Amino acid sequence: MEINNFVFVLLSVITLLCAMGVVLVKNPIHSGLYLVLTMFSIAGHYVLLSAQFVAVVNIIVYAGAVMVLLLFVMMLLNLNKENEPLKSFKVKMLGAIVSGMMLVSMVAMYKVKMTTQSLAGIPISKDFGYVKPLGNLLFTKYVFPFELSSILFLAAIVGAVFLGNRNKIEQ
Amino acid sequence: MDLLGFENYLWLCTALFCIGAFGVLIRRNVIILLMCIELMLNAANLMFIAFSYKWNNMDGHIFVFFSMLVAAAEVAVGLALIVLIFRKYRTTDIRMFDKLKG
Repeated sequence: MEINNFVFVLLSVITLLCAMGVVLVKNPIHSGLYLVLTMFSIAGHYVLLSAQFVAVVNIIVYAGAVMVLLLFVMMLLNLNKENEPLKSFKVKMLGAIVSGMMLVSMVAMYKVKMTTQSLAGIPISKDFGYVKPLGNLLFTKYVFPFELSSILFLAAIVGAVFLGNRNKIEQ
Repeated sequence: MDLLGFENYLWLCTALFCIGAFGVLIRRNVIILLMCIELMLNAANLMFIAFSYKWNNMDGHIFVFFSMLVAAAEVAVGLALIVLIFRKYRTTDIRMFDKLKG
């Protein structure tokens, strides 16, 4: 019990610090690497919540595919600290105020909800988070959205290829 | 909840979401904006997983799958657009993207 709490606190600190790093660091490549670290610590949170399969998928899809794509494009475009477009200090202060107010209002909303509704919860079943119940759910109850997602991916692939080859097609 | 206070996840996800929103507000580089959107999506995903753990209901995991899928598709198309804009204007400044309107 205590070790779980310790791991939770450690992972939360890493997550929040790396997220701040993504936002505040000037070099885009460093931002990307901080985001990879954030993804890994979030995967640790998933493991802590006994969602092992989702944790693995998170590492493969986000820390693997998406981040490789982002870092590859950043290096391809040769982005670095010198040609990074920046906003003025006033805009940054305004952004901090707005997002801080958002944080405060959301926390206040949770506090109000917590006083009116119970937070008891249900103890988890034995095979929670395993692949088998997940597959059962995905291919029975959610089979239609699953099929629709293939159309979404097809559209994304066609769009990306078309945008990438636009000059050749026009010629 | 047997191991940790559930509220802690609420606070963590809210903080993560607000950091992502802060990034969207203060940065100008489109790629950084995409990464901040990923941060916000991940905060929502973590909240889904925490709630599904709390109520012993695995539907939350499926929602996380679908949101990851949409994020991957979004990044693919978004990066193609960014490369196209960069080829023409040699910058990834978000203000250049108002040239997209025909």
